[in-house]
Amino acid sequence: MVLYGVAALAVCLLVGTLIGELLGVAVGVDANVGGVGFAMIMLVLVTHWLRGKGRFPEATAQGVLFWSAMYIPIVIAMAATQNVAKAVTGGPMAILAGLAALAAGAALVPAVARIGGTAEPLPPLTEHEKQEA
Amino acid sequence: MDRFVSVFEDNNLVVAFAVVGALMLLSGWLSRKLTHGRLQGSAIAILLGLGLAYWGGEATGGEDGLADYAVFSGLGLMGGAMLRDFAIVATAYGVDLREIRRAGLSGALSILLGVVTSFVAGAVVAAFFGYTDAVSLATIGSGAATYIVGPVTGTAVGASSDVIALSVAAGLVKSVVVMVGTPLIAPLIGLNNPKSAMAFGGLLGTTSGVAGGLAATDKRLVPYGAMTATFYTGVGCLLGPSVLYVTLRAIVGG
Repeated sequence: MVLYGVAALAVCLLVGTLIGELLGVAVGVDANVGGVGFAMIMLVLVTHWLRGKGRFPEATAQGVLFWSAMYIPIVIAMAATQNVAKAVTGGPMAILAGLAALAAGAALVPAVARIGGTAEPLPPLTEHEKQEA
Repeated sequence: MDRFVSVFEDNNLVVAFAVVGALMLLSGWLSRKLTHGRLQGSAIAILLGLGLAYWGGEATGGEDGLADYAVFSGLGLMGGAMLRDFAIVATAYGVDLREIRRAGLSGALSILLGVVTSFVAGAVVAAFFGYTDAVSLATIGSGAATYIVGPVTGTAVGASSDVIALSVAAGLVKSVVVMVGTPLIAPLIGLNNPKSAMAFGGLLGTTSGVAGGLAATDKRLVPYGAMTATFYTGVGCLLGPSVLYVTLRAIVGG
């Protein structure tokens, strides 16, 4: 049943959020510490285990996949409800922060990719593949 | 007219679904017509959303962007923390444990390094612009990771709405520049094989940015980059409000 998937997702989020709250109390910050992250890990482990036992049929998976597909639309709704009017006063900062993150991340790619041996480049695209792309 | 408005207000979440759907349709069309698919429709839709939020905020003087208009109040529920976290957790589904192992050491390390690097880069830029409190620095630093990690961290540590909006803007800028810039920098960083694509996905993390950027570079690299990028936001949500925020607070003192 589709709802089982939605319910499994809900339980994972609730339990993860509770763990995050408890961890926040434990480390002494007035914050939810990684609740969403714990919920994600839990969902991966629980669904993997259930699939292995054949207890997570296609219909149940659809309940989770629907919300996964709603991720981008929800992010768009989130963007449309932010306090942008107040934020534009710091415009150049957002651009610089974004660019700095790209530059710093990209600069590390060659070093990280070398860990565990270098890899061969892919062969050039054939004319047929180019037309498909 | 009043009846028309009250139907919209009574069904505000349904209105939000329709509005976002229309926004995505328009964005997809703009993506194909204006950018030949180079800039993903989702990125354009988010840009339009931020633009509408600016307009709504300016016109009403409220704090919730377009949702300050009563007929669009459903956007506040749809884009609120509850459904947002629900959808984020759902994206973790289908991640294959064998593929996690296949991504190997460099993939796992790239995600951790990527989150920390973006966080530091964003926080340093924020510090240059005069922010001194750990809450704002952590939120903007997390925003430089992705536009999801920013609000998640910001909400968790109690940042103000305008700082959270800035963190979304920083994450969006990153997503857009990754999409546009990846084909340009690919030859410089050896982005021509699955292994470097996995490192790239983990280091940059923005899923739409990485998927769009790699598609524009060599579409065969897309699944490898997306595989590690999928974990990035989760790791960021885990580390941002916890280890990174606590470390930052210890450094700047409150």
